[in-house]
Amino acid sequence: MKKTLFLGALTVAGFASAASAATLDDVKARGNLNCGVTTGLTGFAAPDANGVWEGFDVGVCRAVAAAVFGDPTAVEFTPTTGQTRFTALASGEIDMLARNTTWTFSRDVDLKFEFTGINYYDGQGFMVPRGLGVSSAKDLDGATVCIQTGTTTELNLADFFRANNISYEPVPIETNAEAQQQYLAGACDVYTTDASGLAATRATFENPGDHVVLPEIISKEPLGPLVRHGDHEWGDIVRWSLNALIAAEELGVTSANIDELAKGTNNPEINRLLGTEGNLGEMLGLSADWALNAIKAGGNYGELFEKNIGENTPIGLARGLNAQWKDGGLLYSPPFR
Amino acid sequence: MTTQSDPPKQAFRLSQLIYDTRYRSLTIQTVAMILLAVGLFWLVNNTVQNLQALGKDFNFGFLGERAGYDINQRLVEYSSNSTHGRAALVGILNTLLVAFLGCILATVLGIIAGVLRLSNNWLVAKLMAVYVEGFRNVPLLLWIIAIFAVMTESMPQPREFRGETPTASMMLNDSVAVTNRGVYVPRIAFTNSLTGNEAVASRDGLTPVASGGIDWLLILVVLGASLFGIRAVRRWASAQQEATGIRPVTWYMQLGLLVVPTGIVLLILGATVVNPYLKGFNFTDGIHLRNSLIALWLALSLYTGAFIAEIVRGGILAINKGQTEASYALGLRPGRTMNLVILPQALRVIIPPLISQYLNLTKNSSLAIAVGYMDVRSTLGGITINQTGRELEGMLLLGGFYLVLSLAISTVMNIYNSSVKLKER
Repeated sequence: MKKTLFLGALTVAGFASAASAATLDDVKARGNLNCGVTTGLTGFAAPDANGVWEGFDVGVCRAVAAAVFGDPTAVEFTPTTGQTRFTALASGEIDMLARNTTWTFSRDVDLKFEFTGINYYDGQGFMVPRGLGVSSAKDLDGATVCIQTGTTTELNLADFFRANNISYEPVPIETNAEAQQQYLAGACDVYTTDASGLAATRATFENPGDHVVLPEIISKEPLGPLVRHGDHEWGDIVRWSLNALIAAEELGVTSANIDELAKGTNNPEINRLLGTEGNLGEMLGLSADWALNAIKAGGNYGELFEKNIGENTPIGLARGLNAQWKDGGLLYSPPFR
Repeated sequence: MTTQSDPPKQAFRLSQLIYDTRYRSLTIQTVAMILLAVGLFWLVNNTVQNLQALGKDFNFGFLGERAGYDINQRLVEYSSNSTHGRAALVGILNTLLVAFLGCILATVLGIIAGVLRLSNNWLVAKLMAVYVEGFRNVPLLLWIIAIFAVMTESMPQPREFRGETPTASMMLNDSVAVTNRGVYVPRIAFTNSLTGNEAVASRDGLTPVASGGIDWLLILVVLGASLFGIRAVRRWASAQQEATGIRPVTWYMQLGLLVVPTGIVLLILGATVVNPYLKGFNFTDGIHLRNSLIALWLALSLYTGAFIAEIVRGGILAINKGQTEASYALGLRPGRTMNLVILPQALRVIIPPLISQYLNLTKNSSLAIAVGYMDVRSTLGGITINQTGRELEGMLLLGGFYLVLSLAISTVMNIYNSSVKLKER
């Protein structure tokens, strides 16, 4: 009997410690990074024709994997819905979440997550069929609105309609694909989500021109990757991998010239970033070329943006708020020092 | 070991706990009990430690906080300013609604299909067999999604009802609109409503009419009293039959009791039928049966109905053929034989598995997630958990709710079962 109790106690201790162990050690032991993404939003995270995940959020996952392993393909992608994402992260099923997730006070403080930065400054918008003749969100009294449940947009929507004293009929849906189907079938008049998501969704329509995104942006939606609260070392790795991508663009480090620059330059910050000077990698518990690998994974922030969601893609998003601070945007990486 | 005939006085030895049949079962039970306790302790302790590791506490205070989200189908007053507890209540009522509607329709379908599958008419029997096997052998989720997709994709949009030459039109004398957002049916409203509430939407030039809960309560009370009266009439007729051998003709009394009092109340309240009409983006006024409700309700009913059909068929086949023959010998027609002789006996066999089907249907209603029906899983177990991060508390509440609901259904059905089961004296 004593043995059973002892074994029981052992298991308890084992399980409890597993939950609080360093995520970096777990990831290294496993050999890959578990990254939570959307179930499919073109440009941000969606599998291509060969089943390989690609997109803007996927780029962040790959950069972190490259920083840790030197291999951008060492990522296991877990598709999550608006409702399942936080449980997946809190339970340890995924190591980080890069899924157009809005940084809010309650998610940071109450849900016990740590946002490691912002990779896209967004805001909630509305998309309607052009034929409806609606020019402002305030004309939407009585409209049927498709909305992804479990999101901040759901709360913003309720607040917006309440503040403007107009009514609406919410149609709760689970994924972006489902919303698209409902919207195109006309089961809802309006689809609302982050403006970037609307652009990405519209880009996949047969006739994107038949649909307009209304001018109102009704909220601030800073989207960024997040990790579990409490493991600051792991949080630092994700935070600075993202910062490395942003700083690389600012410093003019691209995937084209990075090998050249990695041989050493006259700019000490580039040298520190790429590991030829100082020991920033060691401080993170990673190799010296961690940032080099992260940037090489998919290019710097600007390259990722242009390749996945930029103006030359079907999604066609302008940099806008997401330009570097020098260009009038909000992107501003703390210095690598 | 010593012989049975001469038990020696021996001190108790530990090995007796295993080898002595007098103690063995005690030993096994004690061990099992301790293992169970250790298992429970481990689960609870693991939960507590992991909650601590995550820095989370365990409390239900979130139920009193502002929910902040809207729910489309509400049977009670609710807005985004209401609490999470209220949202859970709205969800609970929605679950109860679809479970209640589903149980009724499934029973009706099941009994019809079950009886008809035994029909001598080859075509009817085979058609019912196709229904039963088709629905019983395909996952429920597929039926829910299929019905939902048909409703969404093939029905006209509300805006197609508009204009000089609309491509779609309302049915049944402009009273029912079938759209891809659901079916709008007329509602009954009262011009002299006891609540005096103004209706929300009104057509231009018409006075708004309300339909308050008190009005319906009054009608229900009157209807209940009528049913009570009808039972009294039947008892009186039976007593007459016992005494004189002739059953008095009472159908007109029963009909009168059923219709007249309710009719008078409806007249006093000024009941009118309010048709839905197109206003803005959608139809308004009338009752909106959303696609999600229709898909879930029909799929649950058709699916569970197929199982109930088999239970009914089994119950009927369980009754000895001699009963039918005896009934025919007495001169009863096939219809009356079924109603008066076979079904009452078959019910004894049918009820217990029927309870399980009701429970299945109720719990299967949580598949509402597939079509966005706002049941308790979607409100409390979905959005609320997501917004507050109270997974453990929410899931416990949700599990507790389904447990209580299932036990309540079981209790009610068991009471009914004991009223129809064979009375042995």
